[in-house]
Amino acid sequence: MASDDIWILGITMTKFGKRPDDDVVDLAAEAALGALADGGVTIQDMGVLAAGNLMGAAAGIGQQLQKQIGQTGIPVYNVANACATGATALRTAIMAVKAGECDMGLAVGVEKLAGAGLLSGGSRKDDADTWTPKGRYGAVAPIDGRIGTEIMPGVFAQVGMEYGYEHGGATFELFARISEKNHSHSTLNPLAAYSKAMTLEQIMGDIMIAYPNTRPMCSANCDGAAAAVVVSDAKLKTLDPDQRRRAVKVSASVLTSDPWDEGCQQLPNVNTLTRRAATTAYEQAGVAPEDLDLVELHDCFATAELVHYDNLQLCAPGEAVPFFESGATWRTGSTPVNVSGGLESKGHPIAATGIANIWEVCHHLRGEAGDRQIEGAKVGLAHVIGLGSACGVHILEKAA
Amino acid sequence: MAEQVPLVDYLVLGDEPHLQANECTACGARFFDRRNACASCGKTEFTKVAIPTEGVLRSFTIVAFAAPGIPVPFVAGIVDCGGTHVRGNVVDVEPDADHVSLGMKVKLTTFPIGEDSAGTEAIGFGFAPLEAN
Ligand SMILES: [Zn+2]
Repeated sequence: MASDDIWILGITMTKFGKRPDDDVVDLAAEAALGALADGGVTIQDMGVLAAGNLMGAAAGIGQQLQKQIGQTGIPVYNVANACATGATALRTAIMAVKAGECDMGLAVGVEKLAGAGLLSGGSRKDDADTWTPKGRYGAVAPIDGRIGTEIMPGVFAQVGMEYGYEHGGATFELFARISEKNHSHSTLNPLAAYSKAMTLEQIMGDIMIAYPNTRPMCSANCDGAAAAVVVSDAKLKTLDPDQRRRAVKVSASVLTSDPWDEGCQQLPNVNTLTRRAATTAYEQAGVAPEDLDLVELHDCFATAELVHYDNLQLCAPGEAVPFFESGATWRTGSTPVNVSGGLESKGHPIAATGIANIWEVCHHLRGEAGDRQIEGAKVGLAHVIGLGSACGVHILEKAA
Repeated sequence: MAEQVPLVDYLVLGDEPHLQANECTACGARFFDRRNACASCGKTEFTKVAIPTEGVLRSFTIVAFAAPGIPVPFVAGIVDCGGTHVRGNVVDVEPDADHVSLGMKVKLTTFPIGEDSAGTEAIGFGFAPLEAN
């Protein structure tokens, strides 16, 4: 008898990096057609399309994509949820299938960010001719840089430093070592935007952006897309044995926003919503953190990766520093984290990220990850966070 | 003396400059900006409360790379002022990791940020190390 499980039937990511000859629709189409082909299905089989392109959120990437790959008249949900846009698109398709509105759905995330620079989040404009209070703070002049910083490398630097304030041990060198790990992992990933190993000295000696984050400790802006086809358990049972064998079970799909707590509007609290999402996901999946064979988490900055070890409960509370120092999160460790190279080297085409990290996990669960295969991987977790905030956590399991 | 205005309306100037929050009368949550309702409990009544001017640096970053017009490097941080977290720059200190440290004690300070075309002076705020005062 069919269960209410949802499965990933097909999934793909494009090569991340500079794609000057492709526009967003080309990239989205490459990923979407790739995911359909990977699942052995066509656009005519899809009952819903959820799509995200954060930088072009008003343009309706879903319908633009349909014009290139098939205008079948199905409902389209264009989603935007900061860096969690891809995970939100996937979750939207999952919800539609779970609700019984259709038995297959397509989710796509795409972004073109190559050459975008590192200053996303900064809002500084010139001072006006007269001091006139404006906005919710009654500010007479722009406050970015005058009252703290709004740039992402600086915000996430403070997220990591705050962990150090509370638990100790979070030094510049420690954060740089996390980056060293991810750059090392990326050398095995042919789809990464950057796949060069970097020494600790190179990382610490590179251009400082916002202490303690140097340039290679920041996510790499690049172009890319990823897409996934989801299918109901009942429909999957009607498909051929090879499709069933490669299908990956979505054991948990969770999206949270940040609950209010003191200080969360001075420095975004990326911890509580991640912790809640992880807790719910482990309950839904009936999986414990120690069961995970690999984790792809949102290392938008090296300083962020550290706090998410704790938030995802990969270590005991407050123990993220010794957990990392034990070697646990290297690909040879007990809980490999970001074997793709992570956002720091694989790259972070925003709306693609939340599906690309699921592709990475599926790739290992299917035993198709080649040189970087985590042997015998059966369960994995993918995490993204978008400031504002939104957190997506998915737990994936190999077909029995 | 030129007329003065605060950079933001939650900075109260005068003999004892301090920051002022909107505190929810139902649950005590504090906000520095204008509120439609409380993000913590949803109630709509607020009262003004003065924030202690001394605090502890919970977190910081040294911004070396910023939008045009922002002098770098500068220290941005989060200060715990008697249980209320406040965002601000750490000033009157060398902007490097040898001079700024987690847990350091700091105190609110104010300073002019410039005059507009009418000659009005805007006053900003930051947090200076207590030891240096
Ligand atoms: Zn309240």
